[in-house]
Amino acid sequence: MLIKKGAEASLYLEKWHNRKVILKRRLPKKYRVYELDEEIRSYRTIHEPQIIQRAKKAGVPTPTILMVDLAEATIVMEFINGKQIKQVLDDFSSEERCRLCCLIGKLIGRLHNCGIIHGDLTTSNMILTPDGRVVFVDFGLSEHSPELEAMGVDLHLMKRAFQSAHYKHAKTSFGMVMKGYAEARGTEAAKNVIKRVMEIEK
Amino acid sequence: MPVHHSAASYCLGIESTADDFSVGILSFDGEVLANVISAHVPEKGGIHPREAARHHAEVAGKTVEDALQKAKIEPRRIQAVAFSQGPGMGPCLRTGATAARALAAYLQVPLVGVNHCVAHIEIGRLVAGAGDPVTLYVSGGNTIVSAFEAGRYRVFGETLDIAVGNCLDVFAREVGLHPEERMPLGAVVEKMAGEGQNYVSLPYTVKGMDLSFSGLLTAAIQLFQEEEHRLEDLCFSLQETVFSMLTEVTERALAHTEKTEVLLTGGVAANERLQSMLNQIADEHNARFCVVPKEYALDNGAMIAWTGILAYQHDMTVPIEKSFVKLKWRLDDVCVPWHGG
Repeated sequence: MLIKKGAEASLYLEKWHNRKVILKRRLPKKYRVYELDEEIRSYRTIHEPQIIQRAKKAGVPTPTILMVDLAEATIVMEFINGKQIKQVLDDFSSEERCRLCCLIGKLIGRLHNCGIIHGDLTTSNMILTPDGRVVFVDFGLSEHSPELEAMGVDLHLMKRAFQSAHYKHAKTSFGMVMKGYAEARGTEAAKNVIKRVMEIEK
Repeated sequence: MPVHHSAASYCLGIESTADDFSVGILSFDGEVLANVISAHVPEKGGIHPREAARHHAEVAGKTVEDALQKAKIEPRRIQAVAFSQGPGMGPCLRTGATAARALAAYLQVPLVGVNHCVAHIEIGRLVAGAGDPVTLYVSGGNTIVSAFEAGRYRVFGETLDIAVGNCLDVFAREVGLHPEERMPLGAVVEKMAGEGQNYVSLPYTVKGMDLSFSGLLTAAIQLFQEEEHRLEDLCFSLQETVFSMLTEVTERALAHTEKTEVLLTGGVAANERLQSMLNQIADEHNARFCVVPKEYALDNGAMIAWTGILAYQHDMTVPIEKSFVKLKWRLDDVCVPWHGG
């Protein structure tokens, strides 16, 4: 059953060996030339599970990968039960919201500690589970990079996601993200990255 | 001077953010009476801000005069003078601002400072019939994917380094292409690309919703210098890569906002390959694809005049002594109370 037709891939909710799973399939894009399309789809299909695995090792909850079918550009992964942060954030009390943003920041910090750049940090790509965990999904645009610039861009995207989807509390929310981030990374590293975020925005 | 529209009110808009100096005159109900563009074409290389500003100063008086003549209205019918206050190149902006201030003072009408990027979207809504679109604005100086959300045009994606038009232009100049008669550099690249067919892999850099073109540009120039590929194939590959990036980001914004229109504007909007790609994603999301006609997609005074009217009607005028230009004025800094959402 198709549950989301994103720009980059389609998500299907299926039964697979008696489990609820998500099939993430990158369908060919007709607007792209064949060679470029193949290159992008196969690169992302191989790359995404690898990074998801590394993120998990770094202590960031991610869906478990069950199978990769390169020919179909399809990844089979665990279905995460919960709600997108995007859907719930604005309804929370300010205290709850701050706690959640702080946790998000901490998880981003853990990713960056291992040189993982998520590449698409939006509140739609984070799922709050009933037991209170935040699971990062959609690593389709992720990359490895030790560069300050890449981390700066990553956080800049997060900030922008708050500004466009949660503009009411964008400032305090992102402030809390940075607080959590500093906890995970140490004040010095966090300071350097936030400095870079400001440079990027100039 | 024959007077056609005696009873109506008009706004005169001055555009001078980069290499074009342009004056537009519109009636308050959105009729374009004049849109005169004077383009500065550098003898070689890209835009030199000071040279362009000198051009603007030279043609300012004549362009205003031409526009008034074309509009066939008396200057005293003008109710407001609008100018692009930013973003753009300092010397160019200041020259246009000076002309606008002088005109407003002389006519004793209010001055309206208009954001150039907002103007590109507003004129698109006026002439291309888009109501509430996801807009891809692509030019030599800007690359922005935006959509209206809670009082402003929010930026969903933008370039992290150079603008896409700049990327294409610099590549063209580096490989020795020249603008032809009635054909800007981008069009020359488009024509060449039409004769290419072998795709050469280039860095494809999309970071979330944002884009980066500088690495891609360097790689394309290096490939040219290695002399292993036909220039046609390189132009083809460059276009395919950058336009695929733009289309992917626009599609993401479309999926995210669930808007039902896609608007393409800016100097690069004239490219038919880009148009066809966007048309395809619009189709896939059951959205309508609108492209701004060239005269209004390039930098022009009409868009400034029209946005000036909208702002004027919401009392967003600026006293002359506070009308400093804003070189880095962001699209999402501007409130657009006239947008119904």
